[in-house]
Amino acid sequence: MLPQPAPSTRTLDRRDIIVAGLRDLLPDDGVIADTLRLKPYETDGLAAYRQVPLVVVLPETTEQVAAIMAFCHAEGVRVVPRGAGTSLSGGALPMADSVVLGLMRMNRILDIDYADRCAVVQAGVTNIGITQAVAGQGFFYAPDPSSQLACMIGGNVNMNSGGAHCLRYGVTANNLLGLKIVTVDGEILDIGGAHLDAAGYDWLGLLTGSEGQLAIVTEVTVRILRSPEGARAMLAAFRSNEVAGACVDSIIASGIIPVALEFMDRPAIHACEAFANAGYPLDAEAMLIIEVEGSVAEQDFLLDQLKSICARHDPISLKVSQSAEESLAIWKGRKGAFGAVGRISPDYMCMDGTIPTSQLPHVLRRIGEMSASYGLQVANIFHAGDGNLHPLIMFDANDPASFAKAEKFGAEILTLCVEVGGCLTGEHGVGVEKRDLMHVQFSEIELDQQRRVKSAFDPGWLLNANKVFPLKGLAAA
Amino acid sequence: MSDTLAPADEAGVVAVIQAAHAAGEPLAIAGRGSKAGLLRPVQAARSLSAANLSGITLYSPSELIIAARAGTTLAELEAAVAAKGQHIIAEPPDFTALFGSVQPQTIGGIVAANLSGPRRVAWGAMRDHVMGIRAVNGTGEAIHSGGRVLKNVTGLDLCKLFTGSHGTLGMLTEVTLKVSPAAEQRATLVLRGLDPARAIVALSAALGSPYAVSGAAYLPASQAGFIPGIGPGAVALVRIEDFAPSVAYRTDRLRVDLAEYGSAEVLDDPTSRIVWAAIRDAAPLAGMSGAIWRVSVRPSRGPGVAVAVERAFGAAWFLDWGGGLVWIAGPATAAAHDAVVLAASAAGGTFTLFRAPETLRAAVAVVPPEPAPLARITRQVKAAFDPKGILNPGRIYAGL
Repeated sequence: MLPQPAPSTRTLDRRDIIVAGLRDLLPDDGVIADTLRLKPYETDGLAAYRQVPLVVVLPETTEQVAAIMAFCHAEGVRVVPRGAGTSLSGGALPMADSVVLGLMRMNRILDIDYADRCAVVQAGVTNIGITQAVAGQGFFYAPDPSSQLACMIGGNVNMNSGGAHCLRYGVTANNLLGLKIVTVDGEILDIGGAHLDAAGYDWLGLLTGSEGQLAIVTEVTVRILRSPEGARAMLAAFRSNEVAGACVDSIIASGIIPVALEFMDRPAIHACEAFANAGYPLDAEAMLIIEVEGSVAEQDFLLDQLKSICARHDPISLKVSQSAEESLAIWKGRKGAFGAVGRISPDYMCMDGTIPTSQLPHVLRRIGEMSASYGLQVANIFHAGDGNLHPLIMFDANDPASFAKAEKFGAEILTLCVEVGGCLTGEHGVGVEKRDLMHVQFSEIELDQQRRVKSAFDPGWLLNANKVFPLKGLAAA
Repeated sequence: MSDTLAPADEAGVVAVIQAAHAAGEPLAIAGRGSKAGLLRPVQAARSLSAANLSGITLYSPSELIIAARAGTTLAELEAAVAAKGQHIIAEPPDFTALFGSVQPQTIGGIVAANLSGPRRVAWGAMRDHVMGIRAVNGTGEAIHSGGRVLKNVTGLDLCKLFTGSHGTLGMLTEVTLKVSPAAEQRATLVLRGLDPARAIVALSAALGSPYAVSGAAYLPASQAGFIPGIGPGAVALVRIEDFAPSVAYRTDRLRVDLAEYGSAEVLDDPTSRIVWAAIRDAAPLAGMSGAIWRVSVRPSRGPGVAVAVERAFGAAWFLDWGGGLVWIAGPATAAAHDAVVLAASAAGGTFTLFRAPETLRAAVAVVPPEPAPLARITRQVKAAFDPKGILNPGRIYAGL
């Protein structure tokens, strides 16, 4: 369990004054201060960490957000922004002395422009909500994190969320045009717009993935894309992780970039098959789900080539989906992976490192060795095209020793990811979870450089405190 | 002529910047200086060049990753990836003719200026494909951000901040890019005789189709003649790049879908390469004297900007990015500049004074000024990297 610093007693002592001040700025139901109703906000997708906040505010307009920020800034009170609370890294974990600024009531779609292929939405619109709003005209919003039914675009922006289709469509940062933000002292600013490549510094790029450290995002202008004519998946099963990894290399080297290229190891295949009955090959050590897009003829053309590439790697089985229903079944197991692992283990921790894809066999071998030495099972799911690895470590949260081991195991995996040329997090963010591992990837000079950028936006370090940056050295920033 | 320092490694860059920081002496930061005529002139007695920071340091085609020292020429990088059937995704332009430069462009310069070609409209800008950087900040500290993997959200994304920062935050010493397989084939649909507004509606229809259009440009009659292989008269151009069967299929479908805008001709692969390289490099305007601007607006507003500047000072212009990028040429006068600024801001977009004599570049805002609270953040971020303001002072904003 990562230690958190003691809360500010000055803020705790002044709670009544702060709550009263916030009530002056918002409608009655926009401020939550009673203990029972604060409880749902105590954690996010990293449920092992819990802390009831000082107070929760639920603004409905950018102007209300600005008023809240101006007030908190004047009072020196910390603020934790929150969307749907689906962060797997503890990005929305409250602090005892912090105001949780929930953006879920800002859930309106403000504008859709099909000719210019963009939409303006408030931060609390769900990821899937954007696609649903434009699907009738044949459009979609591309990034598709697994939590897309619940997670909100404001959170996606702050974590630079990815998904299974980023190999083709990029991550959140590649699908944004503009933001409306509120600075720590309550100024409202427009960043970018409906046009490409604003002149000046790339604030849009810096704010994306900044994990609530720099500003509050209240509106987002996203690119919307025309949906492809169709998509189809195939499934290829192999005798070893090495062979499956070599097949991924051959696919990319052939010049085909599938829209998705997902890898599952033996434990993941078994867990998902038991859950989804997707027809996964239980005798395989590794399996690839490969998806292509286009007209039926284009799909056939690509799938034929992919089949012959896979065939060169001595597959146990190759199955090309013949229909949309079959493709859905192939994806059902993969998309249900978290639920599937949840069924075979009381708890699991979803890690999120990225590695050079050539290192996959080595990394999986090392994770297998660690699994044996920690005595904890692990299932590996991997966005193979872009190297983003999701080991699911199974443990029992009711047993503190099991949890401690799982955290140590996870840290060792992420350290390995960095050692082989990768990084600590591909799409979940640093949050609280990986805060103290940042030294593995960055020197103190580099961390200080990032801290100075944070300070340029938030000199008093009021925004989403005690996350991303290791606490040691905080005073130096 | 200023005194030029060209260290051969990152340690050399560190030494130069540390000394300049200690002395409080400004440095003009450049790759090989091919784009010295871009944005505001820098007043510095000495230049720091990346010319000797050369060479590809990593290329892993099956991981879609290439890394090179900042002074590596764009041509060397493009040749290396082409040899493996890949390309630089954002299609970086060759502006040596536009700037009249005898120096080749460097990858560091292209990244520092965030310059992208026609494919940007569909596949993203340079900034979307910079996976990692190494740089030396204004106090002489070597830092890295990102890495050599395709998905990385660890810490603040300084890759994005450095891309397009024009050497004002640090000297790039190495960049790592995502690359992708080059298409097997390309083709171009040509729609003739459309007025700008109707052409952009046609281009929007093409970009909003499921056929993965990777280029959408419009040249008025006065500019089309500068592009080899196009012939006379105004043209709207739509590019498809993919495997040969897909190109054939999608070209056919688009001809049908766009029939209401006219009967489209189809240009073959070799002609398409020539046409889109010319658009990429702004060839129609590059040879004109005077000033050149780039205006970025939502695509449907592009024609309005073009008409406004043509009316104001007889501007020559053409449109890329489906209408969203307006290339403008005209007299290098403050009055013409003001007309561009007015047209861009009326359309809710952004502008860059891209090429002009030094006197004009020094006298006007070359990019839109930021609102006061953002300008304050800009100053603080600049100070976070370069507290004494010695790196390319005044390059983007006067006094910064």
